[in-house]
Amino acid sequence: MSFFDVIIQTLDSTIRLSVPLLLACLAGLYSERSGIFDIGLEGKMLAAAFAGAAAASVFHSAWIGLGIAILVSVSLALVHGFASITHRGNQIVSGLAINFVAAGSTIILGQAWFQQGGRTPALAPNERFEAITLPGADAIREVPIIGPIYSELISGHSLLVYVAFLAVPFTWWVLFRTRFGLRLRAVGENPAAVDTAGISVAWLRYRAVICTGVLTAIAGAYLSMVQSGGFVKDMTAGKGYIALAALIFAKWRPVNAMFACLLFGFLDALAIRLQGAPLPIIGKVPVQLMQALPYILTVILLAGFIGKAIPPRAGGVPYVKER
Amino acid sequence: MAEAAIELIGISKSFGAVRANRDINLEITRGTIHGIVGENGAGKSTLMSILYGFYQADSGEIRVNGKPTSIKSSNDAIATGIGMVHQHFMLVDNFTVLENIILGAESDALLKSSIAKARSELERLEREYGLEVDPDAIIEELPVGLQQRVEILKALYRGAEILILDEPTGVLTPAEADHLFRILRQLKEQGKTIVLITHKLREIMAITDSVSVMRQGTMVATRETKQTTVEELAELMVGRRVLLRVEKGEARAGEVKLSVKNLVVKDQRGVTMVDDVSFDVRAGEIVGIAGVAGNGQSELLEAISGIRKAVSGSVTLDGKPIDLTGAADPGELRQRGLAHVPEDRHHVGLVLAFEENENSILGYHNDKRYLKGPLLDVDAIMADAKDKIAKYDIRPANPRLRTANFSGGNQQKIVLAREIEQDPGVLIVGQPTRGVDVGAIEFIHKRLIAMRDQGKAVLLVSVELDEIRSLSDRILVMFAGRVVGERGPEASEGELGLLMAGVEQKEAAE
Repeated sequence: MSFFDVIIQTLDSTIRLSVPLLLACLAGLYSERSGIFDIGLEGKMLAAAFAGAAAASVFHSAWIGLGIAILVSVSLALVHGFASITHRGNQIVSGLAINFVAAGSTIILGQAWFQQGGRTPALAPNERFEAITLPGADAIREVPIIGPIYSELISGHSLLVYVAFLAVPFTWWVLFRTRFGLRLRAVGENPAAVDTAGISVAWLRYRAVICTGVLTAIAGAYLSMVQSGGFVKDMTAGKGYIALAALIFAKWRPVNAMFACLLFGFLDALAIRLQGAPLPIIGKVPVQLMQALPYILTVILLAGFIGKAIPPRAGGVPYVKER
Repeated sequence: MAEAAIELIGISKSFGAVRANRDINLEITRGTIHGIVGENGAGKSTLMSILYGFYQADSGEIRVNGKPTSIKSSNDAIATGIGMVHQHFMLVDNFTVLENIILGAESDALLKSSIAKARSELERLEREYGLEVDPDAIIEELPVGLQQRVEILKALYRGAEILILDEPTGVLTPAEADHLFRILRQLKEQGKTIVLITHKLREIMAITDSVSVMRQGTMVATRETKQTTVEELAELMVGRRVLLRVEKGEARAGEVKLSVKNLVVKDQRGVTMVDDVSFDVRAGEIVGIAGVAGNGQSELLEAISGIRKAVSGSVTLDGKPIDLTGAADPGELRQRGLAHVPEDRHHVGLVLAFEENENSILGYHNDKRYLKGPLLDVDAIMADAKDKIAKYDIRPANPRLRTANFSGGNQQKIVLAREIEQDPGVLIVGQPTRGVDVGAIEFIHKRLIAMRDQGKAVLLVSVELDEIRSLSDRILVMFAGRVVGERGPEASEGELGLLMAGVEQKEAAE
């Protein structure tokens, strides 16, 4: 295999691995821009992964699976909203609670319904989102350089991959070009200004957490219905938290978020590719070290290598009308 | 013409057991500037919040332009032509001026057309009212005066005919306040009705046509401004006669207690805020430092009280040096007899979540009087707190109450009681009456004079020129970090004002 092929393959898996991070990161962006911190991304993703795979295998439809995943994830998002918007509870505690509930209930329900040790049955091809071949991909496959880039890297992904990357410019457009986006950004900075302008702070924030729920659902569905053919317990493996780190790294901006997630995805891909392969000079690197790389990077980046990341000013603070 | 823009009839509002507004009647004539005065907690802000739809009255009726109107939300208020400029600006700091103006008043779901429309509308408003501001500037980069202008533009953009301003001059320099008043007069000429809420009586006299006085949730009087006096208004506000001028005898200045030489202080950005300042404060005198906020007074206070490191210079207390360039320890300075009433009582002077008795010993909590072995002597602390409450008339007289639940004036009295009762040789006071009501101001001023007459050295920093003039025996004026002049208490307001604006800087430096 030529060096070029290796690069293409690594980049290809970079894309596949960064998709769930990217979706979760954008999900967090909607919520946090509105002033609601959400460490429950992980739990919502996990619940959606389970619900999606379970529903897909029962109803034999990927689309029904996705629909149920969205339903479950949005419900959890609304629970977080109810606790932190309506009842002004602590957003970290509420988010953590959702993570615990999701981790426990997916295993129990999975075992109760399918008796496969917390797994869902393996999904048949029509129960998953299959790879799509873009027009002309086969035709130019043999063209040097452009051929592999187009047919391997750009074409041949699941629909959800394209959804994830299209969500980036779409989110940018919503945030900076629409009325909803203006209000969303405003409510995360100074909810009192939004309130006195005659806009409901609570309703605006609820809409934001619903957006979060939909996107975490797609992230979860991608994990169980695209990346693997079914749900495995704890399959999110901390991706929700890495997405949060990427969000801070990206300074709460959608295009930055994409690059941050691609970087994390690339490290993951690199770790997989380099497993067991001896590196020049260093020699053989333990697998565990390579696997730990993305997490080490997270710590280093958050420890201050990204310059000043200013979160939305009203983030984490419940809005109380001044008395 | 003399038609009422707003009529409030029998408005009442309670928060739990607190009756914030009781049977309020008020009529505001269209095309006039109407002032509403009252002490903190008199119910002014509640009343205006009801008018702006933030709260709903428990009973009563609001009529706008003669028509009974129900205002259930800010949206309703905006729709009936009422706009409000809040005391704390309701602006999104990292948005542009235009974005702030259209927020909540966007013409459709996409921003492009909203912004274009707002831009041309803004140009028209600027032309009509002389309210110039760069539409693309970021709010946090604008000075406070301009931010306030954006708030006014926001209200006008929404078609406000009636403009409510809540304590608009609290954050402004004298020049900015004058400019605001010019704008308000111009708005009045254009037929707008303006309601001005303030506790500064001078402003009421300067700009309003009529004035209403509130006290303890009731409307006690409405007067034509021309036919009333500051003294009458103050008496109506407090409910008893108030001494606005402080009565004091001659100062008998003794030996130098505090001596500052060539002090240089930089802020966290590295900008020189105090530039080569020298002065002495003697026993038995009050030295006042006047100046527009932000000219280095805060940094000077912080450096002398040991909160902020100085770059160079020397300070001596009772002839012994204070190590300012190292880490001067406020606790150690307190033991040496230098007490400090900080400018910002909420963040520096008090822990608002603590009970009153805890705050009344804070900073002196290692004093043997308050200790029983390694533990706090709760009985002694309580007795001490009760004693201070009685002496300083702190209300409510409950040492177990959370400090946040006291009014601004009473919080300030807690800080003053704590510092003064330690019998310090030198007292440094920053903004002693900021956000404090008239009755408490009188009390605080008398206390400071009493300190002086006991032979203590008092250094007073205040942005209220009246306060500086009535209390100080000597006045130093700071401008751009330097002391640009020293005057006696007889100096006129105009003379000091020029110094504060840096106009006579050259002459004074010579």
